[in-house]
Amino acid sequence: MPDELLQVEGLTKHFPVRGRGLVRAVDGIDFTVTAGETLGLVGESGCGKTTTGRMLVRLLEPTGGRIVFEGRDISHAGRRALRLLRQDLQIIFQDPYASLNPRHTVGRIVAMPLEVNGISPPGGVKQRVRELLELVGLNPEHYNRYPHEFSGGQRQRIGIARALALRPKLIVADEPVSALDVSIQAQVVNLLRGLQRDLGLAFVFIAHDLAVVRHFCQRVAVMYLGRIVEIGDREQIYERPRHPYTRALLSAVPEVTVPAKADGRIRLAGDVPTPLDPPSGCRFRTRCWKAQEVCATTEPPLDEGVACHFPEGGRE
Amino acid sequence: MSLSSEIVGPELTPDAPPAPKGVDVAGRSPGQLAWARLRRDRVAVISGCALLFFLFIAIAAPLIELAYGIGPYEQFQSKLRRSDGMPLGYAGGISGDHWFGLEPNSGRDIFIRLIYGIRTSLFIAVTAALLTSLIGITLGILAGYLGGWVDAVIGWIIDFALALPFLIFYGPRDEVPTWFRVAVLIAIFATFGWTGMARLVRGQVISLREREFVEAARASGAGLGHMLFRQLLPNLWAPILVSFSLAVPAYVTGEAALSFLNIGIRDPTPDFGVMIFRSIDYLQGDPAYVFFPGITIFVLVLAFNLFGDALRDALDPKSSR
Repeated sequence: MPDELLQVEGLTKHFPVRGRGLVRAVDGIDFTVTAGETLGLVGESGCGKTTTGRMLVRLLEPTGGRIVFEGRDISHAGRRALRLLRQDLQIIFQDPYASLNPRHTVGRIVAMPLEVNGISPPGGVKQRVRELLELVGLNPEHYNRYPHEFSGGQRQRIGIARALALRPKLIVADEPVSALDVSIQAQVVNLLRGLQRDLGLAFVFIAHDLAVVRHFCQRVAVMYLGRIVEIGDREQIYERPRHPYTRALLSAVPEVTVPAKADGRIRLAGDVPTPLDPPSGCRFRTRCWKAQEVCATTEPPLDEGVACHFPEGGRE
Repeated sequence: MSLSSEIVGPELTPDAPPAPKGVDVAGRSPGQLAWARLRRDRVAVISGCALLFFLFIAIAAPLIELAYGIGPYEQFQSKLRRSDGMPLGYAGGISGDHWFGLEPNSGRDIFIRLIYGIRTSLFIAVTAALLTSLIGITLGILAGYLGGWVDAVIGWIIDFALALPFLIFYGPRDEVPTWFRVAVLIAIFATFGWTGMARLVRGQVISLREREFVEAARASGAGLGHMLFRQLLPNLWAPILVSFSLAVPAYVTGEAALSFLNIGIRDPTPDFGVMIFRSIDYLQGDPAYVFFPGITIFVLVLAFNLFGDALRDALDPKSSR
């Protein structure tokens, strides 16, 4: 086993809904991230990607399961323990228009993590902030400007600089480019890629855009209704998907080069079932064309990277 | 596909306008932008000047007394008609010595009493507004940010304070020192007036609490103090300022109304409410007496309200930041 940076076991988050039971937003997921690795977390809206990301940085308290970071169980760590942890574990947000305090200058925003942790870097806070701004491709002279003077892409760069301020080892990127213009998305993804390479950062990259994930991530986990249905290397997921849901998801991506073939596309019937009352057994069975009786009674375990009774290519 | 692995090109393309090297580019803060908008607004400028004028009068009242040469308690009985106590001369005894005339019966100078009336009135109103803001901001920000039982308890206290008919708490009908009457007035306004500010701030905080910049601070390990005062409070100044500038005229009229009912400030302390209350008795014989305090309180309240509205426009224009 390579050195595991983050280990997630049976992570669960249930939200109580008054009078209607529990929303099983995340229902027992396992994965690991090694140092310097990028793991993509994909799935459609409402499958629990964002909830997972927020639990990793402990913005949400897990209902169950374990999050182990560098060998320490942090799933229920107290405030003091979290303080140290938060220097190693940071988050980049989706909406660059909501993630920067409109009343603070760029300098203050980027220096905030240093300020709240009482860190004074050598050369001074201001010098460090300038370095960070330069690192993310912003003009360090913009130190005294306010967020409203920047474009969406620039704002996202400011958010990235803030996440880098404490020199974290792992960054959870919660749909960092989906709010941006397509033309800007590439710049920001390439920036993240460069940072990952140069600083040896590990990423948990949450996205619904399969193309972005393919471009950025070494490993990919596919989520459906609070569970991981398939996890594996990028090539394996994209070239040889084994779970029916992964196949359906990939076939839904429109292709520019090849004329669209209607027969090649898998159309899923119906909607995602409500997480208030997920289907018994395999959660995907209500929409799966391969579903048989066993799917309704037994929940398939995540075995060899796929949670399906009848995976593509069969069981080895 | 918008993004695929064949994307090449410059790794970093800062889409910022180039800035001159070596100097800090200072941006204009949202506050500075609001200030610029305020200065372009003619109503704001005029009402703001009126406010400064009134504040100056209130602060400099003793100096004005010195220059004018007459105190608020001086009586000029010799300038009143013996038979019914009405001031001699035209329009309530207006003359070079007494610019706004004399009070019937007591023979006190209306101008200097008005000056001191502004001082009393503004002192009570501004102090009460400051206190209500302080209490309201503190409780509102805590209720909004912490939520849960803290929010429930504060909400319950707000409902309780709103339900109480606060005027019954205004007691002193007997002879008590003036400072005590003023203190009681301020205390009454502060005790029962903070609810509006608390609700306003609580609502704002609840909408801000879920914003990602607050979560970013939390993810960096920020404590409660940093959250409330560094992250949230700077985003609350706009509604607080507007609410404050609209609370002051409300307290001016509130205080005048209580004094008019003879349960606030009492004669001989110079005050709008007291003057108007007294002038009602002489409405037919000396209409000029009601005119000056009436018009002054009208202009004062109007100026505050107009300025408050202009401030709201300047701080929160339709164009979002």
